[in-house]
Order: sequence, then C-alpha cells, then structure tokens
Amino acid sequence: MITLENVSKSYTNDGMPALNNVSLHIDRGEFVFIVGDSGSGKSTMIKLLLRELTPTSGRIIVNNFDLSRLKRRKIPKYRRNIGVVFQDFRLLKDRNVYENVAFAQRVIEVPTRQIKKNVPAMLSLVGLPEKYRSKTKELSGGEQQRVALARALVNNPPILLADEPTGNLDPRNSWEIMKLLEEINRRGTTVVVVTHNREIVNAMRKRVITVKKGIIVSDEEKGEYIDED
Amino acid sequence: MKISTFVFTFKQGFKNIFRNKIFSLATIATIAACIFLFGLCYSVIENVRYSIQKAETNVAVTVFFDEGISEARIQEIGDAIRGRSEVASVQFVSAAEAWEAFKVDYLGEYADGYEGDNPLEGSENFEIYLNDVSKQQQLVSYLETVDGVREINHSDVTANILTQFNRLLSYVSLGIIGILLAVSLFLISNTVAMGIAVRREEIGIMKLIGATDFVVRSPFLIEGILLGVIGASIPLIAVYFIYNKIIVYAADQFAILNDILQFKTARDVFSVLIPVALVMGVGLGFFGSLITVRKHLRV
Ligand SMILES: Nc1ncnc2c1ncn2[C@@H]1O[C@H](COP(=O)(O)OP(=O)(O)OP(=O)(O)O)[C@@H](O)[C@H]1O
Ligand SMILES: [Mg+2]
Repeated sequence: MITLENVSKSYTNDGMPALNNVSLHIDRGEFVFIVGDSGSGKSTMIKLLLRELTPTSGRIIVNNFDLSRLKRRKIPKYRRNIGVVFQDFRLLKDRNVYENVAFAQRVIEVPTRQIKKNVPAMLSLVGLPEKYRSKTKELSGGEQQRVALARALVNNPPILLADEPTGNLDPRNSWEIMKLLEEINRRGTTVVVVTHNREIVNAMRKRVITVKKGIIVSDEEKGEYIDED
Repeated sequence: MKISTFVFTFKQGFKNIFRNKIFSLATIATIAACIFLFGLCYSVIENVRYSIQKAETNVAVTVFFDEGISEARIQEIGDAIRGRSEVASVQFVSAAEAWEAFKVDYLGEYADGYEGDNPLEGSENFEIYLNDVSKQQQLVSYLETVDGVREINHSDVTANILTQFNRLLSYVSLGIIGILLAVSLFLISNTVAMGIAVRREEIGIMKLIGATDFVVRSPFLIEGILLGVIGASIPLIAVYFIYNKIIVYAADQFAILNDILQFKTARDVFSVLIPVALVMGVGLGFFGSLITVRKHLRV
C-alpha cells in the first residue's frame, strides 16, 4: 500500500537531510505508529506521502501511484486516496461542523443528495451526531479532532495519515481519538499515526517505526516507544 | 462541472463577499467609481459628439452659378448634388430670398432705402448640407468640376475644427477609459490577493482534500464577477438619475446655448451604457481575480 525506496529529503543544499535513505513498506490494512524525537523527520515523511513535498532522491509508491512520476494536475486525484488529520485540526473556523465535513465532499464534487446522507453517518461514527450545527471554534479540542477525522474519512480513503493527532488533547480525549483510529483501521483503512504519546503506543501493541535524525532505527511489530535517553 | 458543484461554487463566491466585507466594499467602491467616471465620460462625450453631429448639418457649402444660366441647368446641377452620398440636403435659395435674408441679417430697419431693386441680382444659390463634415473637401473638389458653377463658398475652418475636435475627443476618452480600467484592474487584483491571503488556510485545506485547481479557483472568479456586477450596477443607477437631472438643469440654465447643446435622451445613452458598463464590470472582476488567482494559487 505504501512503499518508500531509499528516500532522502534535504530542505537545504548543505545541511543534514531531514530524511536519509529511508526504505519501508506498509501493507494494506496495517496500523502503524511512527515515533521519534522532535526534528527527526516524521512530519517530513507525512508531507512526502501527501505529495506536498517531493523527495530529493528515491521512490515513493502509494496505492499504485508512483509519486515521482505523478503529474501536477493529477495531484488532486491522488490526494483523494488519503485522509489526513493534524495536531492543530485545521478546520474552517467560521463554519459549522456539518459544513466542515461536507466541504470535503463538495470539493470532490459529490452530489448534494449524497452529502446529506454521508455527513451525518460519518459524524455519528466519530461520536458527534448531535453537534453538527455548532461552529467549530465553539468545540473542545477532542470534539474538533473528531470533526477533522470525520472530514478525513467521509470520502472513504483507503489510507489515513495522522500527524500527532493527540498532540493538543488531554489523556482521555487522546485515548478516545486513538480508539477511533483503531476502529477505522478495523474497518479496513490503512492507518499511519505519528505520535509522541508513549503511554498509548505502549498500550496498543501495534507496529512501531522509530525515526532518529532522518533514519529508521527500529521497526517492530507489536513494538514499544523507545526512550532516547 | 456538475450542477451541484456550480451551485456550491456560486454560494462560496457569494459568501466570500460577506466573509470579507471590508475588502469587498473596497472592491465594489473601486469598480463603482471607475464605472461611474466611465459613465460620466461616456455621457458627456456622447452628448458633445451628438451636438457636433447636429452642428455639422448646419455647416453649409454654398454654390453660385454662372451668369445667365438656365433654370433647367440649375435643376440638373441640383439633382447631381442631391445624388451624392455625403450630402444630407440641398436647398435652393432664389435671388429674392437671398436679399430678404440679407436685409434681415445685416440691414434691419435701414433696408427700406433699397425698396424696388435687388442688389443681389444673380445671387441665387444652392445651400448644401452635409451629413459628414469631413467629406466637405471631397464635395468641393467635385463641385469645382461642374459646368455652370461660378463660385463655391465653404468654411474650411469650421469643418476642420469640428473634425479635429471629434478626433481629439475620441483619443482623450479612450485614454481616460484606458487609465481607469488599468487602475481598477490593479485595485481589484490587490483586493482579491488580500482575500486569498485571508483564506490561505482554507485553500490549503481544500488542496489537501484533493480539490482541483478549478474548484479552488472558481469561487474567487465568481466572487470577482459578482463584485463587478454589483460595482457596475450602483453607478449605472446613479448616473441615470444624475443624467436626467443634468439635462433638465442644463437646458434650463443655458437656454441661450440650446442651439449648440443637443442632448441625447437617457434612453439612447443607457441603451449603450448599460450593456457596456456591465460587460466592463464583469470583465474587470473576472480578469482582476484571474490574474491574481493565477499568480497566488499555484498548487
Ligand atoms: N520547510 C523546512 N525548511 C527547512 N527545514 C525544514 C523544513 N521543515 C522541516 N525542516 C527540518 O527538517 C527536519 C525534520 O523536520 P520534521 O518536521 O520532519 O520533524 P518532526 O519529526 O516532525 O518533528 P516534530 O516531532 O517536532 O514534529 C528538522 O531538522 C527541521 O528543522
Ligand atoms: Mg512534526
């Protein structure tokens, strides 16, 4: 489903690369944590997968799209394969919950009739069935991340990427979001989660890829959060 | 594009206007000011042009005949002149009529002493009115070749001044309109650029979700077009009322000039002004935002 072959990414010509000759493979339906220190290159990896960045060298293949050969105008079509959530939610603050989720469907030209069915279904999946008229800025962090998740999933992407989805949440909400991600994975979506949350990583017993200074230093099934110190 | 997408895009563009009230108002004001000025320029130019056109028909070429010419020959010459395309009308003035006119114009009450004989004997003539003063020279050249014509009186100066004024007016108006267009285009594209800056985040989200360039850009284009239409409508209404007021006022205040000032009806002026202003508004809005969108929304 996701393959990186000797991928390097340098932001500058001289300095250290953010990712250094990384190879990895993630199968359809997997749930993977990516952990590592601040600045180790985790977000860079997510951005490469989103084709926000192109690698300096190496090859990335996602869901049969070879990203190095992807034409600029094909990028939107490619991105429809991927749902994504971030630490800062990235919701449209002046619009309500329903509009935020519906927005994802409008953008890919789903007929309104269908949107009216899909959005409530997705909102109840993430546990927000009755909040759909609220403005997103009036919601708690946990609720906002659920909206973001609903938006990421409403188009039924085969892959979900999450870059520190619980970074701004308290432990209870963090757990609820992680449980949701696990549920989504159980329904067949490939899920990749970047996180600093040691407790959750250790408790969930999933595959854990540890990145350090742009290099994968460990990749284990049912892995644990490796302490740097 | 699907209908539902179009409806959504349209709503987005419409909502953008309200979401971004200050910039939208600035844009509308800019377009409105430009089109208002355009409307005024156009109205003035049209009316001056119209007055010139009217005045032109009052500039006559006068043709006198050889002594002892036959009535039949005069008739012949008259028909030939009438047949020419630049000629609007031809009027025969007999010697008696010429004398009458002269008496009224120059002698007034002192004309009595001339009772009985006509000093202008043999001065019967044709007054030829043109529909286009710039063709005057052409007509004169022709008349010079006509048999039986003794003398041609015409006013070179008037014809040339009017023609040149006409031309100057066209250049000046083109220049003014060009500058106004450039200014509003510049301001609109700046306004849209600010709108895009304000909505950077939203655009980023759209792109991440997989929106095509077209879907990302359309609301801004719709926004621009809507602003253009609103911006054009306000001054049209304003100019319409002002125009009617000014015609009445001017006709009243400058009654002496009524022969020179000829006003077109609001209906005549606006049958051209409305479509032109709307097309300008839409064009300005569309191209103003297109330039900006192309520059700032490269994915
Ligand atoms: N746009 C950029 N320009 C230059 N350098 C960058 C840019 N983005 C990231 N970097 C550098 O690349 C390296 C990896 O950054 P990245 O954001 O991938 O780290 P991260 O693992 O996500 O860290 P964190 O856990 O703090 O989010 C860092 O050294 C960072 O300074
Ligand atoms: Mg990061």
